[in-house]
Amino acid sequence: MADTAVHESHAPTHAPGHGTLGHGTPGHGTTTGLSNNKLAMWLFLGSECLLFGGLISTYMLYRGRHAGDPAPGQVFDIPLTSVSSFVLLMSSLTMVLAVNAAKAKDDRTTKLWLTVTALLGALFVGGQVYEFTVFYKEGLGFTTSLFSSSFYSLTGFHGVHVSIGVMMLLALVAIISRDKITGDKAEAVEMIGLYWHFVDVVWVVIFTLVYLIPA
Amino acid sequence: MMNDQAMMNDQAMMNDQAMMNDQADHAEVHDHPTNQYFIWTAIVLAIFTALETSTYWIDFGSFATPLLLILMTIKFFVILLVFMHLKYDSKLFGAMFYIGLGLALGVYLAALCTFQFFAG
Repeated sequence: MADTAVHESHAPTHAPGHGTLGHGTPGHGTTTGLSNNKLAMWLFLGSECLLFGGLISTYMLYRGRHAGDPAPGQVFDIPLTSVSSFVLLMSSLTMVLAVNAAKAKDDRTTKLWLTVTALLGALFVGGQVYEFTVFYKEGLGFTTSLFSSSFYSLTGFHGVHVSIGVMMLLALVAIISRDKITGDKAEAVEMIGLYWHFVDVVWVVIFTLVYLIPA
Repeated sequence: MMNDQAMMNDQAMMNDQAMMNDQADHAEVHDHPTNQYFIWTAIVLAIFTALETSTYWIDFGSFATPLLLILMTIKFFVILLVFMHLKYDSKLFGAMFYIGLGLALGVYLAALCTFQFFAG
C-alpha cells in the first residue's frame, strides 16, 4: 500500500496484566508475542457476533409477522435512518483519527477526536430515541407484534451498545486528562476504538437488512 | 556437572526469551495507514451509503436486494480490515473474530432451516 507511514510503538509501561512486562511495547512477555488485551478484545467481539447474529436471525424470521398492525414499510423513516447511519459512519472516521493521534502521543488531538466521536455517538442514540418515540405514537409497542418485539430487541440492544461506547469514550477522555492510564495509552484508545468500530459494523448490517431490504 | 547443566538451561531460556521479544518487535513495527488514507476510506464508505439509500427513491427492481447485500458486505469488510486494522494486524486477531462471525452465520442458517423445514 502506497499511502502508509511506518509506525513504531514505544510507550513506556510496566503495568502487570497488560502483556507489557518489563518492556515498552504491548505484547512483550506474552507467549504469543501479541498484546493479551487486544486478543481478549477480539475474542469478545467474536462472541458479540453471536449475540447480534441471534438477534438479527430472530428479526429476519419474524419481520413478516404483523397481521393488522403497523408493518415495517409503514413506520420506517428511511431519510432519518440514513442520516443516522452517516453520522455513525463518520464517528468511525473520528475514532481512527483519535487512535492515530494517540499513537503519535498527541494527547490534545486524541481527546478532541474522542470527544467528537462521543458526540456523534450521542447524536445517533438521540435519533434512535426519537425514532422509537414516533413508532410508539403510531401504535407500534414492544408487544404489538412479533415484528415489533424482534425489531425493538435488535435495534434496542444496538442502541445500548452505542450508549455504553459513548460512556467509555467520555471516561477515556477524563482518564487521559488526569493522566491516570497506567499501561500503554495508545493501546487503551485502540481497545475502545475496536469496540466502537464493531458497533458501526453491526449497524451496517442492521441498516441494510432491517431498513433497506423490503420485507 | 549439575551447575553446568543449570547454567546451560538458563542460557537457553534467555535466548528463547530474546527471540520472542525480537519477534514481538517485528510484529509491532508495521505499515500504519495515515489520516489521509482513513479520510479517503470514509469518503468511499459514505458514497456506498448514499448508493444504498438511493434504492429507497430509485426503483432498481429485482437488482435492489443483491445490490444492497453486495454494498453491505463491502462496507462490512472495509471497516473491519481498514478501520479495525485487521489488514495490518496479526492473523490470530482475525481468527478470533471470524470464528465468532462464522458461528453467527451458522446460527442464522440453523434457525432458517428449522423454520423452513420443521415448522408445523
